[in-house]
Amino acid sequence: MRPEQGTLISRAQAMEALLELLTDQPVIICNGFPSREAHKIADRPTHFYMIGSMGNASAIALGVALAKPNKQVITFDGDGNVLMGMGTLATVGALKPKNFIHVIFDNEVYGTTGNQPTVSNVVPLEKVAKSAGYVNVERVLDRDDLVYEFKDMLKKDGPSLLLIKVNEFVEDAGRVLHDPPDITRRFMKAIEG
Amino acid sequence: MIESDVFVQTMQDMGVNFFTGVPDSILGGIIAELMNRRLYTPAVREDEAVGMAAGAYMAGKTPAVLMQNSGLGTSLNALISLNVIYQQPCILIVSWRGQGGKDAPEHLVMGEVMPQLLDTVKIPHRTLTEKTVIEDFRWVAETFMKQRIPVALFITKGVVKGLHP
Repeated sequence: MRPEQGTLISRAQAMEALLELLTDQPVIICNGFPSREAHKIADRPTHFYMIGSMGNASAIALGVALAKPNKQVITFDGDGNVLMGMGTLATVGALKPKNFIHVIFDNEVYGTTGNQPTVSNVVPLEKVAKSAGYVNVERVLDRDDLVYEFKDMLKKDGPSLLLIKVNEFVEDAGRVLHDPPDITRRFMKAIEG
Repeated sequence: MIESDVFVQTMQDMGVNFFTGVPDSILGGIIAELMNRRLYTPAVREDEAVGMAAGAYMAGKTPAVLMQNSGLGTSLNALISLNVIYQQPCILIVSWRGQGGKDAPEHLVMGEVMPQLLDTVKIPHRTLTEKTVIEDFRWVAETFMKQRIPVALFITKGVVKGLHP
C-alpha cells in the first residue's frame, strides 16, 4: 500500500481536469481503461483512442507531432504502457519535438487486467524522461498542482512530461463505441490543416 | 543492382514523405541516402517506428518503415492490432535476412517463415528485383491505396546497393 494512496485522485478525475483545459489539440490515449474513460468524459473527434498495440501511444503521438509541428500534441499514457514502450522516452528526448506533451497517469498497476503491480512504484518514470532529454518534467499528486503544471506546459516549448500519481479507481465506462477505422477517419479529419 | 539514390528517389516520386525505422546492413545504403536528404527519423524499436508511421499517416503523411525482418517479429502486434484494424497503411521496407538458409543462426527461422508469417496475418508482400522494379513499386503504391493496411517490400541481399559494395 502506498503511503499517499488515501489522498490521491482517480485517473478519471485527473483526466477530466486536463480535458477541461484542452480544445482542439490532438490527444492520443493509450489502450485499456484510459481510452474508455476519456471516451466517456468527453468524446471529441480530436481523440485517438488506441485499443490495442500497448506501449505505442507515445510513438503514435510522436508521429503526429513530427508531421504537424504547428499543433500541440498530447498523449494520455499509463505507467504500464510507458514501461512497455520505454524506448520512446529516449526517441522523444533525442528528437525534442517542441509540440509534444506526455501525460502519464501512474497508478502503479495494470488496471485493465486486474491490478497486477507494475514497477513504477520503484522506478520514477519522470526521472527517466528527464534523463532522456525531456525539457519540462513534473510529478504531481493532486488536482490543483496538475492543473497548474499542465497550464504551464501548454504555454511552454516541450517536450514536456507530466506524471500524475493516481489511485486505482476505475470509472464505470464501457468500451469505446466507434469502430477503429472510424476512429482513424474522424481523427484525421479533425486534425487536418 | 539498384542504386540507393534511385531507390529513395522512386519512393519520393511515389509520394512517400515520412521515413522511419531501425537499420539493417542490407538497408544501409538506403538509410544513408535518406539521412543525406534529411528525410529519416530513427526509431529505437520497430514497433515504435510502426507507431510513429501510423501517427504520421493520420497527420497526412505517406509513411515508410525500414527494418530487418527480425523487426517484423518485434512489431507484429502493432501491425495487426493498430495498422490493420484501424486501416492505417504504411510501406514496410524489410530486408530479408536468412534467405535460403545462408546467414547467421539468429536469422534462419525468420528467414524461412517470413512470407508465410505475413500471409498468416494477411499483410501483402512482394520481393523487389532489379528486373521488375517499376512493377514492384507500382504494386506497392496500388496495394497501399486500395487496402489501407501495411504492405511489405522485401529487399534481398545485393539487390539495392549497400554501404560497402
